[in-house]
Amino acid sequence: MTATARPESRPDLLGVAAQRRRTGLWLLALTIGLVLTGVAAVGSGAVGIPPTTVARIIGHHLVGLPAEVTWTPPQEAIVWQVRLPRVLLGMLVGAGLAACGVALQAMVRNVLADPYLLGINSGASSGAAAAILFGVGAGFGQYALSTSAFLGALGASLLVFLIARSGGRVTSIRLLLSGVAVGYALYATTSFLIFASGSAEGARSVMFWLLGSLGLARWNALLLVAAVVLGATIGYLTVVGRRLDVLAIGDETAQTLGVSPDRFRLRLLVLVSLSVGVLVSAAGSIGFVGLVVPHLARRIVGAPHVRVVPVAALLGAILLVWADVLARVLLAPQEIPIGIITALLGAPFLLVLIRRLHA
Amino acid sequence: MIQATRVSWRYGSNLVIDGVSVTARPGRVLGLIGPNGSGKTTLLRLLYGALRSGTGQVAVDGDDLSALPAREAARRLAVVVQETGGETALTVAELVLLGRGPHLSTFQRTGQADHEIAAHCLARVDATQLASRAFASLSGGERQRVLIARALAQQATHLLLDEPTNHLDIRYQHEILRLVRDLDTCSVVVLHDLNLAARYCDDLVLLGQGGVAAAGTTHEVLDPYVLEPVYGIGIQRIELDGAIHLLFQPNDRRTAERSAGMSERQRANHQLSAVVPQDGTQRSGVPA
Repeated sequence: MTATARPESRPDLLGVAAQRRRTGLWLLALTIGLVLTGVAAVGSGAVGIPPTTVARIIGHHLVGLPAEVTWTPPQEAIVWQVRLPRVLLGMLVGAGLAACGVALQAMVRNVLADPYLLGINSGASSGAAAAILFGVGAGFGQYALSTSAFLGALGASLLVFLIARSGGRVTSIRLLLSGVAVGYALYATTSFLIFASGSAEGARSVMFWLLGSLGLARWNALLLVAAVVLGATIGYLTVVGRRLDVLAIGDETAQTLGVSPDRFRLRLLVLVSLSVGVLVSAAGSIGFVGLVVPHLARRIVGAPHVRVVPVAALLGAILLVWADVLARVLLAPQEIPIGIITALLGAPFLLVLIRRLHA
Repeated sequence: MIQATRVSWRYGSNLVIDGVSVTARPGRVLGLIGPNGSGKTTLLRLLYGALRSGTGQVAVDGDDLSALPAREAARRLAVVVQETGGETALTVAELVLLGRGPHLSTFQRTGQADHEIAAHCLARVDATQLASRAFASLSGGERQRVLIARALAQQATHLLLDEPTNHLDIRYQHEILRLVRDLDTCSVVVLHDLNLAARYCDDLVLLGQGGVAAAGTTHEVLDPYVLEPVYGIGIQRIELDGAIHLLFQPNDRRTAERSAGMSERQRANHQLSAVVPQDGTQRSGVPA
């Protein structure tokens, strides 16, 4: 291409630079919000701990500052052993679900897509339950749970896509309906597996797999795996933002703009299944985050995925941590499954969304 | 140059395109015309690789299209399809910038040069004032112009358009096609309107019954003898200032007799025009 005569001051053509500044400010604000959320969430619960103490305990553990211990051993145990891993897991799960929701909505070109509605969560739950109860995938050692949850998620999503496919095309309505159907079937399967195993914990496990909980969070390999997988997923989705944009427009458009839609969709599906598998094995099945948060993100920074993905991840992280705080304090000392909170908050939003569709 | 050799396509048992060969030459506008269901769009989709023919091959500048990586193909071929993406929440500027995608590496953001190209392309389709609007909020005609701007932003050497004048009012039908004509790309346009084809295409391929009913220059193909059996309608060709205009008469029973009379005159007309050089400078030779 030939360079056009360069104007003296470079005008912000098409408002791109202004939009980038705006997005940058949002990312900065949300990052600060996430840190503050973390400190506040670690401090709140059955035993309240002041934010300054929380900050000092975390600082002491991470960088050795302050060196002087001004807190009680129980406070330290609560902050470092119990609540911090829980809050971090909440951030990862929220960010991961939101990012997966963004990817799925672009993939199936439907604003109602979400790992939960498409039955991917249920597939992961079934896989995880099978691993725990019957030792499926025991060959993978400590990753058996995540691996079989991933396989369950991948199986469920492939099944949903195959059912929804007709004449080489995936129609949105078919996809959602087959997602709901497969999801229900797998729900039932999971519950049946748990009761059939005769485990005394049966009812409690069902609650965990179907409604989710961050209560199992520990400093363990699973938390690390979740951090790596979700970090990679969010990073990848941000980098391929432009490809998500064209895929969201249509297969034909994607192809004429240099993206092979089928190959890209398959890659996304595997990635989403992997993330959901890890999420579910760590925190059970949590709904509505993947559905609602992408919409909030689009409201804030517009539709291009290179902006939507990171903003949705940060928003999802913040929202899920607060949902978990509610789950812990609302009926304290009893803990509510977090999926109940996200459903209570998310369902009205879904209704508004449905009313707005083609309005 | 796009060269399709004996390509075919079937939907189920319906062989829509049967061993068709066409060539689109650099710097010229090739029109694909034909009645509904004759396979114009199917042939176009074969030409840009959305459909892969089991037989024959499509070559772009001598390279087999099916062997080109998707991104390289998108640098050579820009396509305006009928899939409008009307549900996207992107703004017009964001949508047009997507046309720069094939020129950017995965990690690269659009730069000032890309923004200048996109702004320039929006200006060419008279859509600068739409830049910050949501694409979904546009009228059909505005959308079409924006999609053409996106294709222009690809700066490909070939431009393929599937009925680009759909949804456009008469002024923009002509402006868009004049724009296509003025580009130095190799262009292929599916057109419904034969008079638009007459005015803006250099070459035409007339499709009918699964194959090419006629191919050649616009002057050769827009011949009532050639068109009438394919379209099943009475057609009269007149030439004003060297430009072809077609008039149509439905073949109902009452007009059938009249059109039989007409075609005598057409034939006379046509034979005259065939004698006259086609650049329109020799109008004196044609009785007014």
